[in-house]
Amino acid sequence: MAFLRASSPHTHNPNTTHRVMREVLLATLPGVAVLTWFFGLGTLSNILIACLFGLGLEAAVLKMRGRPIAFYLKDLSALVTAVLLAIALPPASSWWLIGVGMIASIVVAKHLYGGLGYNPFNPAMVGYVVLLISYPQYMTLWLAPENLSVQGAIFDITTLFELVFGGLASTTMDGLTAATPLDVFKQTAGLTAQDIYAQKAIFSQGLFAGAGYEWVNIAFLLGGLYLLMRKVFTWHAPIAMLVTLALFATVFYDAGSSNSGGSPLLHLFSGATMLGAFFIVTDPVSSATSNRGRLIYGALIGALVYIIRVWGNYPDAVAFAVLLMNFAAPFIDYYTVPRTYGHKKAQRATHTGGQ
Amino acid sequence: MSNADYKEITRTGLWSNNPALVQLLGLCPLLAVSGSVVNALGLGLATMLVLVGSNMAVSLIRHAVTEAIKLPAFVMIIAAFTTCTELLMQAFTYELYQILGIFIPLIVTNCVILGRADAFASKNRVLPSIYDGLMMGLGFGAVLVVIGAVREVLGQGTLLADMHLLLGDGVDLTLHVFGDNYPSFLVAVLPPGAFIVAGLLIAAKNAIDSTIERKRAAQKIIVKGSKRVRTTGKVA
Repeated sequence: MAFLRASSPHTHNPNTTHRVMREVLLATLPGVAVLTWFFGLGTLSNILIACLFGLGLEAAVLKMRGRPIAFYLKDLSALVTAVLLAIALPPASSWWLIGVGMIASIVVAKHLYGGLGYNPFNPAMVGYVVLLISYPQYMTLWLAPENLSVQGAIFDITTLFELVFGGLASTTMDGLTAATPLDVFKQTAGLTAQDIYAQKAIFSQGLFAGAGYEWVNIAFLLGGLYLLMRKVFTWHAPIAMLVTLALFATVFYDAGSSNSGGSPLLHLFSGATMLGAFFIVTDPVSSATSNRGRLIYGALIGALVYIIRVWGNYPDAVAFAVLLMNFAAPFIDYYTVPRTYGHKKAQRATHTGGQ
Repeated sequence: MSNADYKEITRTGLWSNNPALVQLLGLCPLLAVSGSVVNALGLGLATMLVLVGSNMAVSLIRHAVTEAIKLPAFVMIIAAFTTCTELLMQAFTYELYQILGIFIPLIVTNCVILGRADAFASKNRVLPSIYDGLMMGLGFGAVLVVIGAVREVLGQGTLLADMHLLLGDGVDLTLHVFGDNYPSFLVAVLPPGAFIVAGLLIAAKNAIDSTIERKRAAQKIIVKGSKRVRTTGKVA
């Protein structure tokens, strides 16, 4: 019997891109389900349209670049980008809005930089920010959760079609949309946190962080924990982000006075916090690479999210914070190169002098 | 270069050494004011005027200035022509002058102009220098107008809007490319759009160049094959 000698490392890695991406898609399911439960069919239409655009654009660009199309489509990375962008967009967005976002994501942010694995910025967040900057009038309309909206309208197929394929009259729109919890909190600077929770329907109908939104975040948290359990990513970046965000929120909570920045629970379970922490911040391509680097990377994202949410112009800030830190990721990597086994101390990634 | 090759000057200015696409000079105004065709055309014409004038003047005094005072002299000349252009625009296209604002006086710092004065006009006779200024200005202006057109169409859904600023009152060439209800695409209007469009134009130019190169190489192979038939004499 032949003795097969294999050289080290002897472990083999089942983490193919296809498997990782499939797990991520699976993990979004609870979040998508809860989003649909509270905000209607718009989430599903978003995902469907974004996936169609994602696959079409990916195939078209791969063809232009002369790469194998089926091979790259099978790694599902375009679908993950599409789903993440679709979840981030307001439910029942117009088809062309999603299309423009997907062009920015797939063509500009991903393939112009060299394709999967070469993109310095998270493609879904680039698409989101391009849309947010370009079309604030559409991006800042978020449908109201079912119990605050015209009853049944967001589950009505005809309304959905009108929203997606034609402009709905603005009066109808007004009945369907409402300010998000973070926006409400930002706009009511004169009230104490207690008053806001009592007076504003979005809070009084919910438990601790806004009707609907808290459950969406809990669902994404569950999806994220699933991914963590499946070892798709390490805990460092998401936990660092959440802890820093909670820390900032605690420090500036100011006992819920009219100057309060909002309670830690509000910041953790509203807006895009959990989606960002477990699905965006953990992007292996555009984040820092070492564990220590990821701690810094995540913590700074958490800090930026709080800073922009409370003292900036936008009610939510995950996309901006992530893109800003994508810029900084190579810099963080430079200073956090781990110690190699057998070497005395960690070295910087590059050094000019000959040592 | 005593016998100036006008064809070569044309080719370098407009294509092979295009100031905006190859030398990547003067990017500041290129990116800042290329939001619409009329702005782009206005600044392109102003830059061309300064470029032609400064090339002419530098060429005229090229034997009189020494190496030591060369650059200050060039800058003085360019500044003078920029001031003239600014005053002209103030007199004839006042609204456009106000829109372009600081970028008209900033023409003085446009590296294309000092670059051509130093690299070409100070070594060549007057007529070729003027022609070089014209071609470089045209090359720069053409890129500026193309970027302006792309950004105007994407950003506002119009083309050639507000041309009356440049051509006088009563001229309305506005085309609504996507109909009247086009929601403006702000990224194209903002500076990132200028960077992206400029990058795409450079990529397009490189793609065209490499296609031409490939075609030329393909033709050469045929020539090679015909030589192989020769059995005597020199085979290249």
